Amino acid sequence: MALNIMQLATMFADKNPGITSGHRLCPGCAAPNVAKFALMTAQSLGYTPVVGLATGCLEVSTTIFPFTAWNVPYIHNAFENVAATVSGVETAFRALSKKGRLVDPEKKYAFFAFGGDGGTYDIGLQSLSGAVERGHKFIYIVYDNEGYMNTGNQRSGATPPGSQTTTQPVGKKLPGKIQLKKNIVEIMAGHENVYVATVSTSEPMDFFKKIEKALQFDGPSFIAAFSPCVRFWRVNDDKAVDISKLAIETGYWPLYEVERGVYRITKKVKELKPVVEFIKAQGRFRDLLKRPDAQEIIDELQEYVNRRWERLQILEEATKDKPIR
Amino acid sequence: MAELKGWKELPIGGVIDKPATAKEYQTGTWRVIRPVHQPENCIHCMMCWLYCPDQAIEIEVVDGKPKMKGYNYYYCKGCGLCANVCPKTNDKLPEEKRAIVMKPETEFQD
Repeated sequence: MALNIMQLATMFADKNPGITSGHRLCPGCAAPNVAKFALMTAQSLGYTPVVGLATGCLEVSTTIFPFTAWNVPYIHNAFENVAATVSGVETAFRALSKKGRLVDPEKKYAFFAFGGDGGTYDIGLQSLSGAVERGHKFIYIVYDNEGYMNTGNQRSGATPPGSQTTTQPVGKKLPGKIQLKKNIVEIMAGHENVYVATVSTSEPMDFFKKIEKALQFDGPSFIAAFSPCVRFWRVNDDKAVDISKLAIETGYWPLYEVERGVYRITKKVKELKPVVEFIKAQGRFRDLLKRPDAQEIIDELQEYVNRRWERLQILEEATKDKPIR
Repeated sequence: MAELKGWKELPIGGVIDKPATAKEYQTGTWRVIRPVHQPENCIHCMMCWLYCPDQAIEIEVVDGKPKMKGYNYYYCKGCGLCANVCPKTNDKLPEEKRAIVMKPETEFQD
């Protein structure tokens, strides 16, 4: 079933998409939209979503006692084990289903785990790897805002080089973070029996399609969603979508999917814009641009982006119709 | 939240036993700029509804098609994302031609 925005709006005109109003995320945050898009797609396809949430911005601001902004079955747990918890929930569901103890056996469930980039790239990586290796049928969605934004902009494995963070500030000696961003998509694609995709809220149709594919995939799925943090990327409140668009157009966040080792680029950008446009649009790189060695760092990032883009195109051709498992 | 409860009245483990209680919490007080809908310019494309992080856009279904009704200012935090994604709103258009106009909250008296 192809979904479009008008159909979704008709469907959810008097219904809640799963995450309600009244949560306390910053104005203009992209994370609730990631959750909203995913839960809406699942519900419109007849699934009942079950959500597990790792500690992070999305968790601490949606479930402040005595309030909860979730209108779906929800479980919160620690930073590092959301994938383990949701895999347990999924196993419990399968066990009850086998014993015939479900109230409504016809009901379809979709198991979602949400985590920030801190809870995925760094802290929750081993529980995620374990859950994916065991082959539980669940969808892990990381909303990647490139840092520990909830506690005030600390460096994470997802932070790009040259970015201003409190733990690696741009100063006299260091140009902010020196390392490149960890490529989580390739790490997850390395588990082979998995559906991995990158999405962005600026491409809603692509987002819906990938969630639909993940729901129908027989096994674990991992979705990396680009989710600008308006507060600590130092951009205007209304710029979350613009920045996402820029990230795609510059090749900084290529949209592609890996299904059992078969690569497919879902958004083919004809001519990539220079990465410096993406950098100049954000205030977190302002101090970097003042430094004399700024060009070196930008060139390094540009070269990495170009190489990754070339590599993706080669991989797409080489792996066409050749699933690894 | 009216009054703080004692520990004996709280559910065990601090579990929230009702879903979607955040709806009681007013986030509209955060707003510094207010989006104003101008229905005469609206094409009802639903982009604002799709991108509103606070579900503050009210829509209704007329003849099987969704129509934008207006804002729920109880929840709208005034981020301006709706005006940014609106195809009928940009800086080049004069204000009376836009579908969504962002106005400072000080212009309103409620």
